[in-house]
Amino acid sequence: MDIFLQQILNGLVLGSIYALIALGYTMVYGIMGLINFAHGEVVMVGAMVTITVISTLMGAGIALPGPLLVLIGLMVAIPACMLLGFTIERVAYRPLRGAPRLAPLITAIGLSIVLQQLAILIWGRNYISFPQILSHDTISIMGASITELQLIIVVLCLAIMGGLLLMVEKTKLGRAMRATSQNPAVAGLMGVNVNTVISATFMIGSGLGAIAGVMVATNYDQAHYYMGFLIGLKAFTAAVLGGIGNLAGAVAGGILLGIIESLGAGYIGGLTGGFLGSHYQDIFAFMVLILVLIFRPSGLMGEKVADRA
Amino acid sequence: MSLLEVKNLQVAYGGIQAVKGIDLHINQGELVTLIGANGAGKTTTLKTLVGMVKRAGGSIEYDGKDVASIAPYDFVRHGLAMVPEGRGVFPKLTVEENLHMGAFYRNDKAEILNDIERVYGLFPRLKERQKQLAGTLSGGEQQMVAMGRAMLSRPKLLLLDEPSMGLAPIIVQKIFEIIQMVAAEGVTMLLVEQNAKLALEISQRGYVMESGKITMSGNARDLLDDERVRNAYLGE
Ligand SMILES: Nc1ncnc2c1ncn2[C@@H]1O[C@H](COP(=O)(O)OP(=O)(O)O)[C@@H](O)[C@H]1O
Ligand SMILES: [Mg+2]
Repeated sequence: MDIFLQQILNGLVLGSIYALIALGYTMVYGIMGLINFAHGEVVMVGAMVTITVISTLMGAGIALPGPLLVLIGLMVAIPACMLLGFTIERVAYRPLRGAPRLAPLITAIGLSIVLQQLAILIWGRNYISFPQILSHDTISIMGASITELQLIIVVLCLAIMGGLLLMVEKTKLGRAMRATSQNPAVAGLMGVNVNTVISATFMIGSGLGAIAGVMVATNYDQAHYYMGFLIGLKAFTAAVLGGIGNLAGAVAGGILLGIIESLGAGYIGGLTGGFLGSHYQDIFAFMVLILVLIFRPSGLMGEKVADRA
Repeated sequence: MSLLEVKNLQVAYGGIQAVKGIDLHINQGELVTLIGANGAGKTTTLKTLVGMVKRAGGSIEYDGKDVASIAPYDFVRHGLAMVPEGRGVFPKLTVEENLHMGAFYRNDKAEILNDIERVYGLFPRLKERQKQLAGTLSGGEQQMVAMGRAMLSRPKLLLLDEPSMGLAPIIVQKIFEIIQMVAAEGVTMLLVEQNAKLALEISQRGYVMESGKITMSGNARDLLDDERVRNAYLGE
């Protein structure tokens, strides 16, 4: 088996999920110059809600095909997360508009903790496993293997991200979002209700987060109240890598980070003579974050933001 | 009939009074200019008229009603538009997208496209650059974008804040010609300028603002001939 190709495929799966989450960070940053560190928790809630819905349906003896159950779960999780994102902005960030930058940042971190604690109250501290309802059959591509589920994840991520970029580029709401991010005062003069645009941005990002959460849960077969922390931090890294505030950058950064991480995990054992194993894969994301912040803080596709981050 | 009637308007930033009780009015179809030195309070006055800054006192009646009940983002729907100081184009939207933003509140697609063509008729240079990012244009071209964008909202009252600021004399000439063309289309305008001579020459009436107060007002011709105006603002 070709380990290189295999790791690229693994990286693509991981990376497209990072990208989906990174979009949530970058959209919010683009419009308000704010890093919503609670976004990882929205992803976690998306996973938890979906699992709860599926388990409830199954517990009630409703026998439906696996993919349909997941779809129903998503149909509940997406609006739930959108509502959560809307509420987060209204309750935690809106009152702090115009406050020094440190205030919303600390609030974001506090909010993450609050959401984790709420998740513990609702779902407990233990890992919750994703019901075994999806096929894990694998397909082999040039000697490397990928599960059907992973293939669906990648295709779905790319389709959703393409749709989002198209929406932002081509629709009136998208244009208003871009205008608001460039000059909110003048956008207001044009009749754009900036608060509505900001709410919409949070809701769209959170909806994407919900989908990503379900993907993470299906890919790892489990969810946990703390899962949002690491995946959120990695997606944030992806957003910074691509150039925070830049949507296409978030997509590229996410996929690139996934591949770097996966290749790193594949080769770290060999490179360190077995001293470090593949479970050290998380260090790559943070090495990337540190290197980008030192050498190219504006990211691959971003303009100079320097002190804004 | 007055389209805009401002009485005893006061505006403060924190404790500092920037506008100290001014009166002004603009009649339907008029082109009125407001001149004054840097820091006199002209921009503050305009921003207050479109709800970007809250007033501390006084009344602003537009079209017979006080504007207090209008949400900041709804002024344009009532026909009040402003070309802000420094032009305020969206730098990373194309020229065409900037124009579309002017029509954001409108839903009459075909009419919007018509209006865009009319703006291109006024500013052929913008048509050549319709797909270019507005941030890459020259100052004069950006001013054209800002004015064209304002026209796409089909304003009843257009406020212009120093449209000639930072532009080469030949471009300033062009901008003033365009202001006159827009006025000829029946748009009522309040023009804020430091280029007092040109502004008064194309206006019907004028106001002079100094440290937050209106110190002179009247017929534009009379102001042009006024000794104090000549000394203070026309550099004579
Ligand atoms: N956002 C603001 N905060 C505090 N003071 C301001 C602000 N904007 C303007 N000012 C002050 O208000 C006064 C009037 O400014 P402005 O309306 O911009 O004058 P003008 O447009 O005539 O040059 C000035 O003293 C200016 O320093
Ligand atoms: Mg000014």
